[in-house]
Amino acid sequence: MKQSIEELVQKLIEGDKFATARLISLAENDPKVAQKIISLIFPYTGKAHVIGVTGPPGSGKSTLVYRLAKEWRKRGKTVGIVAVDPTSPFTGGALLGDRIRMQELTCDGGCFIRSMATRGTLGGLARATKDAVRILDAAGKDIVIVETVGAGQSEVSIVKLAHTILVVLCPGLGDEIQILKAGIMEIGDIFVVNKADRENADETAMQIEDMLNMASTIRFDETGWIPPVVKTSAIHDMGISELIDRIEEHWRFLNEVNRNVYFRKRVEQDVIEALRSKIEQMALNHIMKNGEYDELIKRVANKEVDPYTAADIILNSILHREEENE
Amino acid sequence: MSSTERKIKVLIAKPGLDGHDRGAKVVARALRDAGMEVIYTGLRQTPEQIVETAIQEDVDVVGLSILSGAHMTLLPRVVQLLREKGMNDVLVIAGGIIPTDDVPKLKEAGIAEVFGPGTPLKTIIKFIKKNVKKKR
Amino acid sequence: MFRSEFIEELKKKIEKWERECVQEEIKRRPERQKEFKTLSGIPVKRVYTPLDVQRLDYFRDLGLPGEYPFTRGIHTTMYRGRFWTMRQFAGYGTAEQTNQRFKYLLKEGETGLSMAFDFPTIIGLDSDHPMAVNEIGICGVAVDTLADMEIIFDGIPLDKVTTSMTINAPTPVLLSMYIAVGEKQGVPMYKLGGTVQNDALKEFIAQKSYVFPPEPAVKLVTDVIEFCVKNVPKWNPISISGYHIREAGATAVQELAFTIADGIAYVEAMLERGMDVDEFAPRLSFFFASHNDFFEEIAKFRAARRMWAKIMKERFGAKKPRSMWLRFHTQTSGVALTAQQPENNIIRVTIQALAAVLGGTQSLHTNSMDEAWALPSEKAVRIALRTQQIIAHESGVANVVDPLAGSYYVEWLTDKMEEEAMKYIDRIDSMGGMIEAVKKGFPQREIAESAYRFQKEVEEKKRIIVGVNEYIDENEKLEIPLLRVDPEVVRVQLARLKRVKETRDNERVKRLLSELRKAAERNENVMPYILNAVKAYATLGEIMGALKEVYGEYQELIIF
Repeated sequence: MKQSIEELVQKLIEGDKFATARLISLAENDPKVAQKIISLIFPYTGKAHVIGVTGPPGSGKSTLVYRLAKEWRKRGKTVGIVAVDPTSPFTGGALLGDRIRMQELTCDGGCFIRSMATRGTLGGLARATKDAVRILDAAGKDIVIVETVGAGQSEVSIVKLAHTILVVLCPGLGDEIQILKAGIMEIGDIFVVNKADRENADETAMQIEDMLNMASTIRFDETGWIPPVVKTSAIHDMGISELIDRIEEHWRFLNEVNRNVYFRKRVEQDVIEALRSKIEQMALNHIMKNGEYDELIKRVANKEVDPYTAADIILNSILHREEENE
Repeated sequence: MSSTERKIKVLIAKPGLDGHDRGAKVVARALRDAGMEVIYTGLRQTPEQIVETAIQEDVDVVGLSILSGAHMTLLPRVVQLLREKGMNDVLVIAGGIIPTDDVPKLKEAGIAEVFGPGTPLKTIIKFIKKNVKKKR
Repeated sequence: MFRSEFIEELKKKIEKWERECVQEEIKRRPERQKEFKTLSGIPVKRVYTPLDVQRLDYFRDLGLPGEYPFTRGIHTTMYRGRFWTMRQFAGYGTAEQTNQRFKYLLKEGETGLSMAFDFPTIIGLDSDHPMAVNEIGICGVAVDTLADMEIIFDGIPLDKVTTSMTINAPTPVLLSMYIAVGEKQGVPMYKLGGTVQNDALKEFIAQKSYVFPPEPAVKLVTDVIEFCVKNVPKWNPISISGYHIREAGATAVQELAFTIADGIAYVEAMLERGMDVDEFAPRLSFFFASHNDFFEEIAKFRAARRMWAKIMKERFGAKKPRSMWLRFHTQTSGVALTAQQPENNIIRVTIQALAAVLGGTQSLHTNSMDEAWALPSEKAVRIALRTQQIIAHESGVANVVDPLAGSYYVEWLTDKMEEEAMKYIDRIDSMGGMIEAVKKGFPQREIAESAYRFQKEVEEKKRIIVGVNEYIDENEKLEIPLLRVDPEVVRVQLARLKRVKETRDNERVKRLLSELRKAAERNENVMPYILNAVKAYATLGEIMGALKEVYGEYQELIIF
């Protein structure tokens, strides 16, 4: 009962779960197939509000995502969740356990939860995460939440992917300040102090607010959005409603106040990123095919050629090939 | 770099009220160490939850761990639901406390193999790699 | 302990012995392994001598039986006065079937009852709950209302037997039912003897039959302890358990450490309620596993007694000796038994039971050989019981108190177990205590690691399990009879539950449940309210449901 990609896409836009799951897998397993899928579904994307959830391990992200999804469901929205966990660099395998905290939503037809392994990419997101988000968007989900690995480093990839980024911290982890300094200050649209039933919650919230005040305001001036700090206790289902209100405020802000600048910028980013990845692919494929690759790498290792010059050589090789083809 | 990455995706599930998860977790880790992507459902899953998860995660294998003695009703139900939903290519295996007498009936119901106490992890890994259906 | 000239001479002698005799022997025949370790991973030497127990102070570290620090036993005469209680865990199917199994075991000479409940009961669900229907009566007896309890103990006088109930989150309900049955028999509360497991913390760590989140769960534990101290004084209102922690994969050291740490957490919780330590501490009891590494287990039990005595005296300022006694029940390890060649399990259980006896256990359950296949058949459970009886009457080990004391190895290992366990306890203290450690997932992670490590050792044949990775029978056929639970159970149980719900005063039940809910919200002791509800034939599920509304439900952590 093997279905073609076209058939699957047709089912996808009708909201079929199988098609959704199967298309995500196909995109995950083969970038060429991913491209074909995206080309077919692209017209149907752009409606979902994409939320990125990042933060250090132990901050309670999974439970928070679960509560957010539950609340959105109560408000009549459909939700897609992509939960990313790291692939083991030694074995290539992965243990994906974020679902455990969300299993109550599994049989809710308005929810779709997918676990993803990073499969070797850096930055806390799997390469196919963006494709998965688009697929869930095309399937008609109002909200798509992406939960990242969140090892605390600057999560550039999540910025390109999500409209609203939640940075989830919790009191007592001890390294809040370090995290805040590590660049996450710049990417958070909303800062969440989870496990707020704990002792130092107010203190942590104030520390973040202070850092926000001190931090470079260039970004804020540009966009005009000042990140709020929200206290929640996901386990006790507290603060969730308020958090969603802030998230929706941000969405309205993006759509009304900042619309053209923001969304155009995102489109630009998408195109440039696609271009970058294709060029890289193309260049390396080409040079690997004609055996020049090993030779070139050896020359760089022997310090005969520096890496930038090596890149020029590769590019010239491609252009040369293009010229020959003309 | 362009690469086609095909990982074996396994769902490890605990159907019913049984809380013994030592084996399930050890197997999950071993499969991860063998290069597979393993999704663990957590405890107290209904057959419906397990099958829904299998669909959404598009898994190749479903591994059911049960030590409560309720396997004869719960395991066939999982297979039945998978079939009803058209997931016919999924390899379903089981482990836990399951008397040998019950194994033939479970196999008839669609469980490919039952791995009882003392089964080496290698055996399970080999079985999966050999029997998983290449879907695409 | 020894004179310094003797120690010097011994040191020299040992050095010579190792240099000459041992090396010569090893050249002829190398030792079987490079390193020898206990099951917990503690390296063990070839031989132990006075050098290894130099710092042992008899009075400080051992004492006499019945004397602080109770290393040699909590009673002065131990088994010379009375054998340990032979208490076989039992229960399955309907109340009638369990009643019959209880009577069988009592007839065959068991001296205490131990009750197993089915999974729905353990998690506080009624038999007619959608998730319960597949699991009624399968791994224990189904109890929905007082009506079931009445049948289970029909013809069993509660003033003559003691009963241990393996129940945790629903403890207040099951204990109330037992009390109600006693009252109907004319036995007042203060005469009842027995135990409830009632150990919430280890549920999060290992057994996973939790219901409520950690704080309310511990609150209910202390409700039961307080109620029993005041009203059911002969009862053991808690059995602080290491067995499940061990079965989940912990080493003996971790089992010891986490159990004692749980105990510390409960003592602190009781003190927070305003009770005096000497009021409740004498009623605390413990529950350990007994595994294959014979001497390690014995050392563990002895170390446990000494550690608890010191903690109660020094940390909590207990004055009564009884407050410092670590009284414990032991169950031989289930996970150490194999599915392959199950008859071999009889031998394993014998070794494990012997270790428990030499370790001074107050009561003992021996597993049956078919442990890895099903609930015990009558034949198998009888052999398990006979194992205890043979040890008691034929081996002579019960005639001397703490006979292994003074063994250089055993004393060294006892010290070592205490030392290693205290490291864990200090760590848990620095995390803010066991409740915090559990919320952070610390013991759960340690256990998952140990479990995985053990499995790897077995796969790499660093640990031999006879019949499993060595001495395998390729064409093995299972030839022992297995217990099968009759599917009729479901029909019988559902019918009974329906009848109870129809014939009771439903208005009264509703009112009592509402009172219970309000009492829980006011943070009162819920026991009296539950006792009332139980007598009105409120169901287990209804009572637990009322409590869930107030306390919420626990969500498991993501730990491998």
